[in-house]
Amino acid sequence: MGYPHPSHSRETPVISKYFGDPEARTLAGWQKRGGYEVLKQALSTDPVEVQNVVKDSGLRGRGGAGFPTGVKWSFMKPDGKTHYLCINGDESEPGTFKDRELMRWTPHQLVEGAAVAAHAIYAETAYIYIRGEYTEPIARVSEAIREAYAAGILGANAMGSGKRVDVHVHKGAGAYICGEETALMNSLEGRRGNPRIKPPFPAVAGLFAQPTTINNVETVCAAIHVLRNGADWYKSLSSPTNPKSTGTKLFSVCGNVARPGNYEVGMGFPMKDFLWELCGGPPAGRAFKAIIPGGSSVPILTPEECEAAVMDYEGIQAAGSLLGSGGVICFDDSQDMVRQIARLARFYAHESCAQCTQCREGTAWTTKILERIRDGQGTMKDLDTLLEIADNMTGKTICVLSDSCATPVVSGLKKFRHEFEAKIPKNRSSVMIPSLSTAAA
Amino acid sequence: MTAPAAPANPGMVTLTIEGREVIVPPGTNLIEAAKTAGVLIPHYCYHPSLPVAGVCRMCLVEVEKFPKLTPACATTVGEGQIVHVHSAKAREARKGVLEFLLINHPLDCPICDQAGECELQDYTFAEGRKDSRYMEPKRFNPMEDFGGDVLYVPNRCILCTRCVRFMDVVAKESVLNVSERGDRAYIGKFEGADLTHAWASNVVDLCPVGALLSKDFLNKARAWELDRAASICPSCSQGCNVMLETRDNVVVRIRPRPNASVNQHFACDVGRLNYRWINRRDRLEYPQVRSSQGLVTTSWSEAVKAAASAITAAARVTVLVSPALSNEALYLLGRIASHVSATAVMTIARGPEAPLPGVKDLSLRAERAPNHTGAELFGFTDVISPTAGLGSNDLLIVADAAASVSAVPDGVRVIVIGTVLDDMLKGATIVALPVCNFAEEDGTFMNLRGRVQRFQQSKAPPAQVRPTYRVFGEVAAAIGAGSYPALASDVFATIVATVPAFAGMTYRTLGLQGAPATLPAGAAV
Amino acid sequence: MSLHAMAPDGHAPHAEYRPVFVGARRAELDTLLSRYPSKMAALLPALWILQEERGWVSPDGIEEVAQALELTPAYVNGVVTFYTMYHQHPVGRHFVQVCTTTPCNVCGAEDVVSAFLRETKCGELGVTSADGRFTVIEVECLGACGFATPVMVNETMIECVSVDSVKDLLAGLD
Repeated sequence: MGYPHPSHSRETPVISKYFGDPEARTLAGWQKRGGYEVLKQALSTDPVEVQNVVKDSGLRGRGGAGFPTGVKWSFMKPDGKTHYLCINGDESEPGTFKDRELMRWTPHQLVEGAAVAAHAIYAETAYIYIRGEYTEPIARVSEAIREAYAAGILGANAMGSGKRVDVHVHKGAGAYICGEETALMNSLEGRRGNPRIKPPFPAVAGLFAQPTTINNVETVCAAIHVLRNGADWYKSLSSPTNPKSTGTKLFSVCGNVARPGNYEVGMGFPMKDFLWELCGGPPAGRAFKAIIPGGSSVPILTPEECEAAVMDYEGIQAAGSLLGSGGVICFDDSQDMVRQIARLARFYAHESCAQCTQCREGTAWTTKILERIRDGQGTMKDLDTLLEIADNMTGKTICVLSDSCATPVVSGLKKFRHEFEAKIPKNRSSVMIPSLSTAAA
Repeated sequence: MTAPAAPANPGMVTLTIEGREVIVPPGTNLIEAAKTAGVLIPHYCYHPSLPVAGVCRMCLVEVEKFPKLTPACATTVGEGQIVHVHSAKAREARKGVLEFLLINHPLDCPICDQAGECELQDYTFAEGRKDSRYMEPKRFNPMEDFGGDVLYVPNRCILCTRCVRFMDVVAKESVLNVSERGDRAYIGKFEGADLTHAWASNVVDLCPVGALLSKDFLNKARAWELDRAASICPSCSQGCNVMLETRDNVVVRIRPRPNASVNQHFACDVGRLNYRWINRRDRLEYPQVRSSQGLVTTSWSEAVKAAASAITAAARVTVLVSPALSNEALYLLGRIASHVSATAVMTIARGPEAPLPGVKDLSLRAERAPNHTGAELFGFTDVISPTAGLGSNDLLIVADAAASVSAVPDGVRVIVIGTVLDDMLKGATIVALPVCNFAEEDGTFMNLRGRVQRFQQSKAPPAQVRPTYRVFGEVAAAIGAGSYPALASDVFATIVATVPAFAGMTYRTLGLQGAPATLPAGAAV
Repeated sequence: MSLHAMAPDGHAPHAEYRPVFVGARRAELDTLLSRYPSKMAALLPALWILQEERGWVSPDGIEEVAQALELTPAYVNGVVTFYTMYHQHPVGRHFVQVCTTTPCNVCGAEDVVSAFLRETKCGELGVTSADGRFTVIEVECLGACGFATPVMVNETMIECVSVDSVKDLLAGLD
């Protein structure tokens, strides 16, 4: 539902149904709403069957990459090795705050989803990695886990199944990159949150070098509804015209918009209706200037491009961007795009883990050039340099943070070049070097 | 088309790198595979003795059918792969990396010790941009003394993390880290915990740029002024392969030379810094013989004659050798000793053992002598007090072993064959023959595992100083103990012909990596 | 006071180090350790405990954590400096983090920062106010973008802070 706003009639609340309902936070409340029935059922079902239902449902990873969840689970074979499940609750992509509400309002939904997923991949232990800033979600999920252990839902004999299921919360400490799956594993192991080179892939050697599956919070929450109501039901929630994107998706909407919040709609929902009917359009008296539809790392769209799209993996890709994490960032016509793109670049420069050369140096350099243009000290040549740096930063590093920094620069320069040019003094060919203190990143 | 033929080399992988066919074992990475075809894939963070990090992104190459460029260090060979190292796409990517590495670099090559042996210089020269597009202020961090012999210049650092990985994985003492994030990152250490590990200075060699420097070598020479010779570290019995580097006939630096069987790519700090004695100026420079006026300079032929007659006339002879002498020298000394039934002894200096935990069987050995194994093989016994029991009937030949003698007992006459004439020995010395130190001649050592390894002359000896093997050969001939050649390689051939442990070896077959001797049962392993 | 009680630079000598991991805190660490197959994995949680106890991640605290987890202080420090939430210096009693990343920025977050700097009398980012009450920093995305501007005061996240609400918010803090 459109938390913090009342649910809109065109929403399809499945995982967000109990947002705002404090009773759903407690074990008793969750059980009253059918909670842990799916887990009980799953624990007595062969993991392959669980994997198959999720495979059939078409559920894809909600963290951003959109990999089919059932297929990912099926990589895990009963090979006698210790398996691990990681739940990615790092939610660090700017513009995204859906997992926060899932954890704040329905912590048992997550614990149940984690326990089901652990069973599905032959794991006894699941770690829920939650970013350190999410103090309330951490407290809620920790309390839910405590209740679940006390009730025998988790532990050595989970729900009397004779199977061990342990779920632990692991608190992050402030690093965007820990939302990247291998960086998250490094962080969980007590290392710097540096992404790892693949191969080996997590399913072969992940957490503690053991076969590991990593799922987003929203993904495992959705999975329990898939298992409860069946694959066909899940597929019926989304537009029948695109069988590749099924079920519902929780979109976070923020920035210059009348009703920011989380909205759960069926995949394939028209973006125009979403922005105007559900979210109320731009703030009063303003017009949309730009929209980033899937978290800050995806290409910026013009309102026209965006409004023509349907909200699923393929629909947003067809519009020239990506569904990503489902974080919709709106910019109205009062915004200075150069300033905001420079701010985004600064974010990536701040968050670069420092491993790969292109990212470490490129994000900081890009930021410095953009801020110089923002401050009226740019040259026309800077615009070409920015694009060339962006090209050198794309597709060449261990993870995609570098690419993510280049993306808004490239799409921003393509779609709002006139704003950049307007800031460049006529005939400027040389640059006044700002002082050291103002340039520190 | 016919069906794909069975691989021509079963158990091996065949691929094409820069148009050259390469056949390597499975699991080999592309950098190593390319080396076998003589193709250098530029790289910074990759090092064959360290775990792969894959972070500098310099070794990006194009592999046909791969969706994007791939880091050669982290990509293992695949059957039939076609790899392009110098395609436009790969070169463009490396050019980008080089530009990124240089934007904040101080470009202070004129005052940088690494200049001339810097991979940042080399690759920029080979394929970097000719100009800089960077117009922003450069990042600045102050220099830091890392302790030990290591200085850190963060402004030149490219964060390849070789040093961190060496300390973590090879030295197994994690005193270095990457601190902070993004472009603020630098190599850090914890206040009070210095790079004091016995092998810490390897980080200086591992650093591909001028970020980690040796304090000892700081501002001593430009890399292109140095002459280099392959040698063996004389500081202990490990036998680490090293390079002796000289400037104007003065040894200014010792660095490890790779040998997978002995020291991989490493050398310890003791070995690196133990070179000043090689450059001693107070050398014994001319042959001397005692006369009524005391020790007087004479000709080589007179001095050898005097030594020979003293040896043949003596009632009892003790030959005291240094276990730092070459096999060639010790063999001839052994001939001299057996000809006159002399007592053949040595003393081995000892110190604390300091292993490098990440490499099997690599350690600064307790025995601080490069050739005690050879000396034992040639009949010299390790004793605590070599002069004990000597008296007026005795002749003591001190072969570069003055350090083993604390005092000369009354009445003992001494022949010194060495690099210096010690004051303590001077009064008893009747003949003094000046010889080369190991840096001034060719020869071989046998390490504690019985590996025979060559060292090559790296500097000229002073004045009338002659190689040890030549002097001992002449003395041996003068006392009638046979005749011996004057070249180290020929002396070695003589050893090979007569000592079974050396069977089949030649200087040529030893090459720069050495070979294991066939030691008799019961001898050193 | 004896002469020896003062260090040569006039500062009081370092007080005897009081270990963090004793009693209940030690038990807490042992519980954490039981959750992971490696000691190292308890590093982030152990550093959180240290910060909760001491208010910041102090060098002597790092040494204690390193010892408890069989790591080196340098290793631990590399990890500490990676994560922005560990304080490498002491901070004010109320540590105020204002999100200014793009989604909040377009909603006026930078003005909120200015208001905090003004009202707390900190003046500058990262500087602790003279009375020791406040340290204000800009922080990257807090993950509450729909509630611009989110502000964290110590462990509490406050949603929808505006320039106008800063004064009232601060009035509620000691």
